[in-house]
Amino acid sequence: MHAMAEKASPMPMVEPIAQPVVLDVNGVSKSFGANTVLRDISFKVHRSETVCLLGPSGSGKSTLLRCINWLEEPDGGTVLLGGRRIGVRPGTNLRMTDRDLAAIRTRIGMVFQHFALWPHMTVLQNVMEAPVHVLKRDKREVRKEAEALLRRVGLADKMDSFPARLSGGQKQRVGIARSLAMKPDLILFDEPTSSLDPELVGEVLTVMQDLAREGLTMVVVTHEMSFARDVASRVVFMDKGQIVETGNPDQFFRTPQTERARQFLARYAARDR
Amino acid sequence: MNEFAVVWQHRDMIVTGFENTLIIVALGATGALVLGALLAVPLMARQRAIRAAATAYVDAMRCVPFLLFVYLIYYGLPSLGLRFDNWSTGIAALVLYNSAYMGELLRAAWADMPHEQIEAGYAFGFSGLQLFRRIILPPVLLSALPLIGNQLIQIVKDSAFLTIIAVAELTHEATAMQTTYFVPFASFIAAVALYWVTCIGIEGTVGYLNRFAEERR
Repeated sequence: MHAMAEKASPMPMVEPIAQPVVLDVNGVSKSFGANTVLRDISFKVHRSETVCLLGPSGSGKSTLLRCINWLEEPDGGTVLLGGRRIGVRPGTNLRMTDRDLAAIRTRIGMVFQHFALWPHMTVLQNVMEAPVHVLKRDKREVRKEAEALLRRVGLADKMDSFPARLSGGQKQRVGIARSLAMKPDLILFDEPTSSLDPELVGEVLTVMQDLAREGLTMVVVTHEMSFARDVASRVVFMDKGQIVETGNPDQFFRTPQTERARQFLARYAARDR
Repeated sequence: MNEFAVVWQHRDMIVTGFENTLIIVALGATGALVLGALLAVPLMARQRAIRAAATAYVDAMRCVPFLLFVYLIYYGLPSLGLRFDNWSTGIAALVLYNSAYMGELLRAAWADMPHEQIEAGYAFGFSGLQLFRRIILPPVLLSALPLIGNQLIQIVKDSAFLTIIAVAELTHEATAMQTTYFVPFASFIAAVALYWVTCIGIEGTVGYLNRFAEERR
């Protein structure tokens, strides 16, 4: 949270476009066998932006997110983090060594649909694990930061609990704190509220909204349209593995430019009524 | 004179045998678990050839009778110029044989582990041995705990076969007492009782650890 506060404070109201590019996805494609999941996907994320990836199930949003940190290897295209190419050795077409890939992944946080906490560690240990054992940072210092992060996501009284004892909403807030503890350049959220009971969705979205306000750079795959409308700096609408439309949320939700986006939004409007 | 009184009088033999059995089982179990954990890695390898080689080892071990395997090491290998004493043979046999079972049950627990947990490890910058040691192995051991307990009991029983290469373990000492003092019933009952105590001890320990593991799964 320290890193974010720094980023956010100097120019809170500046247009996001004035900020440097954190993530540059260029021409990414991915197939599983004969099934093409992503076709020529390109978009950029600037610092302090919250980009929401929207689209029907199966449109490739989650695969795209997983291609960004190379949990899936794209078949083509490039992914640049702060100008550094992910997954491929500089100046070659060779795959990065696992060690180099791991190092670059520490710059990208990830929040998972099913939380993916490490069940054999307490909440506090989950948050401290990667900073201490991957980044090799001082344990006492990390502990202080981890405790502060957990207080801030409202879990001060759960630090010594194991994940199995937590509700879904609490688990996901631990997941967010775990990502923040790495002080990454951006955080990927893969449908962070999709496996939560409806009454627990709000507590997670509130935390995410606060982070967006403070200027954390986020890419969020979500089906929560009201979150996208209220919080996103930009929405990217995908269908059948392609980006169909992209724009600021106001414009996208009020006057979608394509028929597919109109149909998609109409279905949500009908459902929410 | 009562058979049991004779056994009690010469209890030193049985006690020595029991101590040796406990030592053999402790070494055999530790070795089998460590080797089994290392074996789980190639069993889960992405490369087919590595996986096939590891699977071949597991299948080979599981299809050989333990007794025959011990014979092979102790009497067979000297033909190839490899000679081991009976203790080394016995412990090596227990470790190699049971590591196949341990490896297979750990592989199964690993395969059942929610994949997202491992992906989270990758996403946070873990890789290689560190990923295995910190993210994969602990939950695998915790979830496989009851099966590991079963295998430990199997190791206790396998250790009795080592009497055939004259390792002075519990069965061997009970047999010796029986032939020396002609008290077959009492000596074998004494041995059975001690095996039983050992297994109860293992079950109790695993049960205790299982309660500890419960909230960590």
